[in-house]
Amino acid sequence: MSPDEVAGRLRSGMTIGIGGWGSRRKPMALVRALLRSDVTDLTVISYGGPDVGLLAAAGKIRKLVAAFTTLDSIPLEPHFRAARQRGDFELTELDESMFMWGLTAATHRLPFLPVRAGLGSDVMRVNPELRTVTSPYADGEELVAVPALRMDAALVHLNRADARGNAQYLGPDPYFDDLFCDAATEAYVSCERIVPSTEFADAGAPQTLLVGRQSVTGVVETPNGAHFTSCMPDYGRDEPFQAAYAKAAADPDAWREFTARFLSGDEDTYQAAVAAFAEEGA
Amino acid sequence: MSTQDATADERSDVTRAEYCVIACAEAWRGDGEILASPMGTVPAVGARLARLTFSPDLLLTDGEALVIGDVPAIGATPEVVEGWLPYRRHLSMVTGGKRHVMMGASQLDRHGNQNISCIGDWKQPARQLLGVRGAPVNTINNPTSYWVPRHSTRVFVDKVDMVSGVGHDRAAAAGPSATRFHELRRVVTDLAVLDFETPDRTLRVRSLHPGVGADQVREATGFPLTIADDVPRTREPSAEELRLIRTVIDPAGLRNREVRT
Repeated sequence: MSPDEVAGRLRSGMTIGIGGWGSRRKPMALVRALLRSDVTDLTVISYGGPDVGLLAAAGKIRKLVAAFTTLDSIPLEPHFRAARQRGDFELTELDESMFMWGLTAATHRLPFLPVRAGLGSDVMRVNPELRTVTSPYADGEELVAVPALRMDAALVHLNRADARGNAQYLGPDPYFDDLFCDAATEAYVSCERIVPSTEFADAGAPQTLLVGRQSVTGVVETPNGAHFTSCMPDYGRDEPFQAAYAKAAADPDAWREFTARFLSGDEDTYQAAVAAFAEEGA
Repeated sequence: MSTQDATADERSDVTRAEYCVIACAEAWRGDGEILASPMGTVPAVGARLARLTFSPDLLLTDGEALVIGDVPAIGATPEVVEGWLPYRRHLSMVTGGKRHVMMGASQLDRHGNQNISCIGDWKQPARQLLGVRGAPVNTINNPTSYWVPRHSTRVFVDKVDMVSGVGHDRAAAAGPSATRFHELRRVVTDLAVLDFETPDRTLRVRSLHPGVGADQVREATGFPLTIADDVPRTREPSAEELRLIRTVIDPAGLRNREVRT
């Protein structure tokens, strides 16, 4: 599939999960395809980074489910900050581990899972729909019942995949991409390179095969497709580009220029513009 | 002259940032074989100092997914990896309790409620900050300390706008499941070391950094603060500790960017 074909499978109003973490191995080529599409009114579930920032800037988010939205080396995502301060979308603000257990509950087809996290914090105040559950055993503990984070579609980016959807991560952290795929009705995997399944073993041990084809609807080959986030060990974060993104995001005129230069064409146009940007800095 | 003898009087060559490093390191004293999770440069130097001196069993990470077996300088690449701690397993360290985190705080109240999420009304904040991140799970599951590089009435407030990290009053109100593993250990600032070792478990000053007066701390705190007349000074670093800070852990002096002297 192509990134635009993936976006063509999505519908306005869907709940979409986006893998990666912060500014790390985000399916940015698929997010850019979403920006080019007329899909909007989304509920986005993400350990947020520039994926959330770009969708927020384009006005495509109706509701965000997140514990944070960060660029990592730049602590706060500027589009996210601006959108929150304008009150642009609803937010379900969860703790990082509540988020993980919400994904886990969804993958196990459970309505909720009990966690200690959240007790006593204002996560309970700002999400009045959250309920507690009491242990039926002798301890009688009262814990937070984190609801399952089911999603219509998941978008993730991995290092390698085969044409059937088995996908491999080669960096130090799998993040939660397997949970996103398992928690979704449809999941789309973009990857640096589509390889024959026979090549997986040479690249890494079996435990690097994170995502199984039974959970994957479509596979997309998008070299540099996590740019400008990191995709270790294929490439690190493009810090100069991210800094330029953050700077542009803070100013409407600069953002129009940035959009015209980088986000007004297809993925190949984007990658060519990024290469030109790198040349200028070199 | 032996600089190790200079314990009674403040030593002119020790910077404020170095007292802060020592105070952060002290937070992890006696912690044994658990993960030290420092957030910020000064806490990171402190955790590494504790590991190289009085808390040798501490686990440290590279700030990402690796548990490091050596203690490189801040910013340097570790040579030894002794374990794997991707986010999903890091969260198990938190809930399993074998971890002591030192977080930042945009706001902190006298009960230890901490805010890193946003300033103003949560629905449409005046200033969006980091979000709650892992503060709720941290505070309710493993020992938690805080690092405040600029002690001020903007940080130490009567009431935080969004409880991200859970304080003593809020944990008590939430019941036994919330208090079971709740432990706020220390608050280290550029002026003082504070803890909650009072009958009602509210903040008090444990020690003042050399050169800092009690009134200065009171004025920089947005609520009445207990400071005993005989409050001690933050202890002096040993010559060996200074050597480790200056030549091994932070030779680039990154600690001085976080603490104004």
